[in-house]
Amino acid sequence: MSTETEHTTESDKSDDEHVHEHPSDKKYFQIAGVLAVLTALEVATYWLESMPGEILIPLLMIMMVVKFFYVAAWFMHLRFDNSLFMKFFVSGLVLASVVYAIFLTVFEFWHKG
Amino acid sequence: MTNQTHSEETSTGLSHNKLGMWVFLGSECLLFGALISTYLLYRGRFADGPAPGDIFDIPFTSVSSFVLLMSSLTMVLALSALQRGDERNNRLWLLTTALLGAVFVGGQVYEFTTFLREGLGYTTSPFSSAFFTLTGFHGVHVSLGVIFLMSLYVSSARGNLHKERAETVELIGLYWHFVDIVWIFIFTVIYLVPSPTS
Repeated sequence: MSTETEHTTESDKSDDEHVHEHPSDKKYFQIAGVLAVLTALEVATYWLESMPGEILIPLLMIMMVVKFFYVAAWFMHLRFDNSLFMKFFVSGLVLASVVYAIFLTVFEFWHKG
Repeated sequence: MTNQTHSEETSTGLSHNKLGMWVFLGSECLLFGALISTYLLYRGRFADGPAPGDIFDIPFTSVSSFVLLMSSLTMVLALSALQRGDERNNRLWLLTTALLGAVFVGGQVYEFTTFLREGLGYTTSPFSSAFFTLTGFHGVHVSLGVIFLMSLYVSSARGNLHKERAETVELIGLYWHFVDIVWIFIFTVIYLVPSPTS
């Protein structure tokens, strides 16, 4: 891999394609910049006491998911590697989400807040 | 690291070590899901002890969260350096990542001791038990990651970590990034979402 090499696009990928170029170091710094800005925005909400929970919590969740996506896709190379890796990881993630959503529902978490 | 080197060695054409690591990380989602769900159920049960909203120090935790987030950058730079055969920069970034991880763990130790001084022990309330179990478990994961990183650093310093073994760094990197994304979740759900106060 060369640090000067730009990443491949989605259209270049296929399940049979096992050779993938990773992003350049410059791209990694850009991603880290985005993550830093998102973290700053998240932390800034701590001082916005007037913001109602109905807006604040979805906003925090969206920023969290975006950060999660960026780290998994770019730093963990899920965007560039074979899709089988992503399938294994997403299977665990989806299974956990479903199981614990049911778990929290059974214990009336959503009702209690 | 490409998977090209494994295409002739495995039936799938993929690295089985890497596949195994992804399966392991998928299973870790279930582990941390259980701990986070339990915390969410018990966060309002603080009995006579301190409530989460009274005791959390958001500015302090924000700094340590930022430190861990940036360690993902240094980790991926370590891998990138080794993949192009730059062993010196690989060692530099591995050491930086380990140091950032150690700073995060140090911050967690400081946070725990502060909480203990303020009357929040492991058995003080269901909230405290769930909180210490969740964040403690994550801290153990980070500590193990630091040990793995230092092992890689020592291996590289002894001249045993070359471009051909970049997949080893990639596997440790996957573990490290996973620990980071778990903290992204914990930081938002446990610390930033408004918590009950006494």
